[in-house]
Amino acid sequence: MSDHPAIALFGGILGVLVLASLVGWILGRRAGPEGSAAIDNLNARIRAWWVMVVLIGLSFLAGKPGVIILFALASFFALREFVTLTPTRRGDHYSLFAMFFVVLPVQYYLIWIDWYGLYSIFIPVYAFLFMPILVALRGDTARFMTRIAEMQWGMMIAIFCLSHVPALITLDIPGFEGRNLLLIAFLVIVVQSSDVLQYVWGKLFGRHKVAPRLSPSKTWEGLVGGIASATLLGACLWWITPFGFLQAGLAALVVALMGFLGGLVMSAIKRDRGVKDWGRLIEGHGGMLDRLDSVVFAAPIFFHLVRYGWTV
Amino acid sequence: MSAAPPRRSRSLPGRVVGLMTIALARIVTGVRGNWQGCTPSPEPRIYFANHASHGDFILIWTVFPAGLRARTRPVAARDYWSAGIVRRFLGRDVFDAVLIDRDNVTRSADPIGHMGAAIEAGSSLILFPEGTRNTTDRPLLPFKSGLYWLAKRRPGVDLVPVWIDNLNRVMPKGEFLPVPFLCTVTFGTPLRFEPGEDRQAFLDRSQEALLALRPGEGEGR
Repeated sequence: MSDHPAIALFGGILGVLVLASLVGWILGRRAGPEGSAAIDNLNARIRAWWVMVVLIGLSFLAGKPGVIILFALASFFALREFVTLTPTRRGDHYSLFAMFFVVLPVQYYLIWIDWYGLYSIFIPVYAFLFMPILVALRGDTARFMTRIAEMQWGMMIAIFCLSHVPALITLDIPGFEGRNLLLIAFLVIVVQSSDVLQYVWGKLFGRHKVAPRLSPSKTWEGLVGGIASATLLGACLWWITPFGFLQAGLAALVVALMGFLGGLVMSAIKRDRGVKDWGRLIEGHGGMLDRLDSVVFAAPIFFHLVRYGWTV
Repeated sequence: MSAAPPRRSRSLPGRVVGLMTIALARIVTGVRGNWQGCTPSPEPRIYFANHASHGDFILIWTVFPAGLRARTRPVAARDYWSAGIVRRFLGRDVFDAVLIDRDNVTRSADPIGHMGAAIEAGSSLILFPEGTRNTTDRPLLPFKSGLYWLAKRRPGVDLVPVWIDNLNRVMPKGEFLPVPFLCTVTFGTPLRFEPGEDRQAFLDRSQEALLALRPGEGEGR
C-alpha cells in the first residue's frame, strides 16, 4: 500500500465519493422536506459505498490476511442469502452445515497457502461428489436431484467463484511484485462502475429492453453505453495493472460483459424465487449477492485471463 | 399461592452469557426485527409467538432494544429448565424465565396467577401458546387455552402476535449443529381481550392474527 499507484487510486476513489455525497446532499435539499424516494435511495447507496470503500481499504492495509478474511465473510453472507431462498429439507442439514463450516473455510485456506491445483477443483470435483453422499446417507430422497443441484449452485456462486477475487493476490507476475492488491481494485472498480454506468446510460437514453421479462431496467442503450464507458475507464486505469493501455481496455471489456451477464443470470434466479432482492444486508443495495452478482461471474474469468496471460 | 417471585436483576455471568448468545444469534441468522403493527414499548405486554425451535425467544430477545430486553421474561416449563446446572443457569440467570409447572396434578402454584403476577410487577412476557415446538408441516399447532385465561385475567394488557420466520431451518428439532439462514421476527398489531368473548373465539382470533404475519410464498424474507 505504500506505493504511489495505490495512494493515487484511493485518493481518486475518495474524491469521487466526496463528489457523489455532495451531489446527493444538494439533490436532497432541493427535493425539500418531503424528500423523494429516488433521492433517498441514491443517498443510502452513496452511504453504503462509503462503508464498502472503507472496509476494502482497511482490508488492503492489512494485506493478504485482511483480503482473504473480507472475502470469506462475503462468501458466508452470500451463501446464507442463497440457501435462505432455497427450499431445503431436514435431510440436507449435515450437508448445509458442511458447506458453511467445512467447504468455505477449506477453500479460503487453500487460497491462503496458494495451492492452485487443489483450490481450482476442490468444489467442482470433491464437494460435488461428497455433498450428495452426505444427503444420501440421511435417506430422504424427495426432490433429491433438485436439492443437490441447488446446493452445488450455492457453493459454486457464493464460495468458488467469489474466492477467485482474493486468489488474485497469489499470482506471480514478473515486474508486478507486491502490487497484486491493485488487480483486485481494478476488477472491483471496473465491475461496479460498469453497473452504475449501465444504470446511468439506461436512465438517460434507454429505449429498447434487453430482457424485459427478466430485468425491466436493463436496456440495450444502457448496456452498450455502460460497457463502453467502463471499458474506457478500465483502459485509463492501465497504470495500476501489469497491462498496457489496450490490454487493460480489453480486460475491462471482458470483465464488464461477464458482470452484465452475471447480473442477468442472478436476476433470473430471483425471478424464479419471486423476490426482488437477495437480502437486506446493505441499505439501498439489497443483500450481499445483489452487490456481488456481477463480481461473482467476472472473477474466475479475469483470474484465468491474468494467470494464463501474465504469470510465469 | 399465585405470587410470582420478584424480578431478579440478572447476575454478571448471566448478562455476559446473554450478550454472547445475542451476538451468536446475529452471526448465524442475521436476524431483523420487523415492527409492522406496533413499536417497542416499555408497557407490560404479552408477546405470543409461533414455536418451532429452542432458539425462539432468544431471537425475539435479540431484536428487542436493550431496555426492553431487561424487562421481558419468557414463560417456560419448570421441569425442562430446572434439569441440570446449565439449563438452570440459562433459565434463571440469563433469561430470567417465568417458570411454570406443566403437570396439573403435581403442581403447587397456578401458572396463570404466576404469569399475571409477573405482569403486575411490570414485566412483559413472551409466550408460546402452541405449548410445544411445532415439528409438523402445518404452520401452527392448535393453541392451548393458557393465553385465553391470562388475557381474561389481565384484560387491559396488549397481546402482540410475533411471527418468527426460518429459525426452524437453523436448528431443526433433534439437530445439534446450527446452519446459517436469514431469519426475521415480525411484530403484528396488538389485540386485546374483549369482555365476554368466549374461549374458542378468542383463541381463533389470536391464532389468525399470528398466521397473518407469515411471509407469503415468494414474498421474500
